[in-house]
Amino acid sequence: MSIELLTLIIGGLTIGAALMVVISKHPIRSVLFLIVTFFLISSLYILMNAQFLAIVNIIVYAGAIMVLFLFVLMLLNLNKESEPKTPKIVLISSVVASGILLLVLIAAFKDSIQLSHVHLPPEKNIGLVKNLGNLLFDKYIVPFEVSSILFIASMVGAILLAKREKPIID
Amino acid sequence: MAVDKLILILLVLPLFGALVNGTLGKKLSNAFVGGIATGVMLVSFICAILVFNQTNDTKIIHLFNLLKLNDLHINASLQVDALSIWMTLIVTGVGTLIHIFSIGYMSHDKGFYKFFTYLNLFIFSMLLLILGSNYFVLFFGWEGVGICSYLLIGFHYSDAEKGMANSIAARKAFIMNRIGDAGLLIGLFLILAQFNTLEFIGIAEKLSLDPTLANGAIIGITLCLFIAATGKSAQIPLFTWLPDAMAGPTPVSALIHAATMVTAGIYLVVRSNFLFELAPLTKDIILAIGFATSMIAAFIAMRQNDIKKVLAYSTVSQLGLMFVALGMGAYTVAIFHVTTHAFFKALLFLGSGSVIHAMSDEQDIRLMGGLAKKLPITHITFLIGTLAIAGFPLLSGFYSKDEILGHALAHIPILYGTLMISVALTAAYMFRLYFLVFHGKFRGGEQLESHVHESKAIMTFPLVVLAILSIFGGLLNLPGIFLKNGTHWLQNFLAAHTAGLEKIHTEHASNTTILALMAVASTMTIAILLWAYYTYVKKNKLALADKDLKGWQLFSNAKLYIDEVYNFLIVKPIEYLSRMAYSFIEIKVLNQGVFGFANLFGKAGSLIRYWQTGLLSSYLFWMVIGLIGLISYYIIKLQFWNF
Amino acid sequence: MNSVDPTFATSIDFYVILASILFVIGAFGVLIRRNMIVLLMCIELMLNAVNLLLVAFSTYYGKGDAQIFVFFIIVVAAAEATIGLSILIMAYRNNKATDAGLFKNLNG
Repeated sequence: MSIELLTLIIGGLTIGAALMVVISKHPIRSVLFLIVTFFLISSLYILMNAQFLAIVNIIVYAGAIMVLFLFVLMLLNLNKESEPKTPKIVLISSVVASGILLLVLIAAFKDSIQLSHVHLPPEKNIGLVKNLGNLLFDKYIVPFEVSSILFIASMVGAILLAKREKPIID
Repeated sequence: MAVDKLILILLVLPLFGALVNGTLGKKLSNAFVGGIATGVMLVSFICAILVFNQTNDTKIIHLFNLLKLNDLHINASLQVDALSIWMTLIVTGVGTLIHIFSIGYMSHDKGFYKFFTYLNLFIFSMLLLILGSNYFVLFFGWEGVGICSYLLIGFHYSDAEKGMANSIAARKAFIMNRIGDAGLLIGLFLILAQFNTLEFIGIAEKLSLDPTLANGAIIGITLCLFIAATGKSAQIPLFTWLPDAMAGPTPVSALIHAATMVTAGIYLVVRSNFLFELAPLTKDIILAIGFATSMIAAFIAMRQNDIKKVLAYSTVSQLGLMFVALGMGAYTVAIFHVTTHAFFKALLFLGSGSVIHAMSDEQDIRLMGGLAKKLPITHITFLIGTLAIAGFPLLSGFYSKDEILGHALAHIPILYGTLMISVALTAAYMFRLYFLVFHGKFRGGEQLESHVHESKAIMTFPLVVLAILSIFGGLLNLPGIFLKNGTHWLQNFLAAHTAGLEKIHTEHASNTTILALMAVASTMTIAILLWAYYTYVKKNKLALADKDLKGWQLFSNAKLYIDEVYNFLIVKPIEYLSRMAYSFIEIKVLNQGVFGFANLFGKAGSLIRYWQTGLLSSYLFWMVIGLIGLISYYIIKLQFWNF
Repeated sequence: MNSVDPTFATSIDFYVILASILFVIGAFGVLIRRNMIVLLMCIELMLNAVNLLLVAFSTYYGKGDAQIFVFFIIVVAAAEATIGLSILIMAYRNNKATDAGLFKNLNG
């Protein structure tokens, strides 16, 4: 089986899984399908030889963020199957808007599709941890440090926001 | 002293008097205010006499330049020639006497200082009108006298019962004058367009060089000037303001509406004689209108019951007579009649003021009677004035009317016949007035009778002076049958030294014609006097009450319903138009237009408010739409559709 | 597998179209779902679509900068998911439901 066929199949599966995320009635199923999507995207990363990112994607996204989502779902018992019915107008306008968005995006890329009918040369070394690490700590050291501040901010924010109001005891 | 300095003093002193009285008069005593005002007038009169002695030919006094455009110069300059100095003498002389009278008449009035301020201001404007050397200064004075007339007619605007009527009368006078002023302005524009100058002498010179210079426009110019004259001098169709103007105090009626302002129209025509001589059509129109006015006003005066209204219509009628003289080209004769009319009309008005003062401000002659014994001086002077206006032989009015009649006979014989009717009517209503007021029994009740008293000396002194002038005023212009030398003195004096007049050669009738005319006129006057005496004294016929009037008497008393016709034809449509304008333009255009435009923004805001739903989904939706828009923009801009 | 024939599946176009479609699916989900959690998940889907495209371009150009960018996108997405979920919990506490149509206090 050639690489091409594999990429095509995985691409098709990704689209299918994404659609299921959007369409599913149960929120739990949406979460699970999203995790499937993440796995598929990570496999695409591996096919492009971006190994580090594939692993990071799995660990962070599928492992941490999705678990967080699941926790919230379970804790708040939001697994209700039914949502309030969306009005027809919202449905139609959303479909139309999304369709137009797709159209516009394709139109934007149209010329490039003609020009760039070139295969991806699998650069064996780009996605390796060593090379990425060099780049990260060399050129992009400032964003790296700043992201730590971002994390502190979000941690503080999350704790502050979700804390229960304690009654003041005199 | 030099003429120009005298003239300047003469002109500025009344203005100065007005300023002093206007600003400080409230705090000064009556005597002081009156003294300043009258003293100013007296000094002006003396200056006028001094200038008169020195007048040999026309002198121009240039004050300053108002406008200079290429070759168009409009100056503020004064002209001293025979006509202007003569009019100045009349204005300042009669004005001084009226000022003296007013000190007594208005002594109980709270607005004493205001009255004299306005009077002085009026005299200043009138002098400006007369002394101007071009149409511009004349127009300035013209407007000034219009304003002062408005201020003085509506002087008692806050009076409890008549205040509103006074204000309305003042407004009516002003608006009718304004119509005339429009004519004057148009005439001035036409003159400017034709001659490129407004100076009297300049225009006269241009016309003497080339009489055909303004052939097309001369009719228009003269008609416009005549319209102005009808407005100011109360001719048909703009005469209804003058009887209403009697709402003002009596000295105002005497000064403005008898002796001076109403003669401004006559003055304008005489000044522009070189223009009118080239427009025979306009002269005919002037003749016709003057004649019609004279007849109609005399007819209306026959059955008026307010002493001042009779005199007002008499003024209109006499002015009509003056315009008849102008229409025949007899300019100097008209000025002669202006002079004598100033004397006896001022006398009559002041006398009526004395009577009204004695009657505690009652003006209806049906409530008077038998005042001859109670008011001796007023009686004698009023009698002299009546005789003068009726044309009693050898008094001043006799000579001036005869001159006009003589010219009428030479011009169109039928006109002479019809003018005699007007003269007869004049005599009739004046004698009616005299007999009803001063003879018979007092009809006003005991309460009024107890207050009847002769006026103070300060009020009777001017009456006496004016009576003397009315008697001997005719000497100014005696016709040729008396005295070989010094005859027609006034006419010769005016003609010799006034631009344009020297060219007009009025034919003097032969001696026999003059004698015949005099005889006819005298006989008629004396006959009417006897008839009036017989009717009103011997037969004791009284003036009818309003409800008893029938036939021609009803028409005469109701002023021929002319006011009602004007109201219907002109006033009501204009009021209707203004109401239409208000409801349409004001309400629709402005309110709906301007406010509607402002409301538009409010409405737009409330429409846009619907966009802010607060719903997350709609916001997201619009974000997606925005994204689409952004990408489409760049696609189109960078033209991604090339194949 | 050094010389590969150029085909569609190994060209950049494939990934461009795939990323676009995934992005549009994510946008569609954001517009249409009223359950807040699923809404947040669709946002994550959109972010992943972008990540995919970035990695593809990184391999295409042979530079690693895009992958570093993806790294930071993941960082930010994590932080944002945290905060988003805590806000969601608070909203749930106030409204006892997580319907996107309930949050319309900001209307004009």
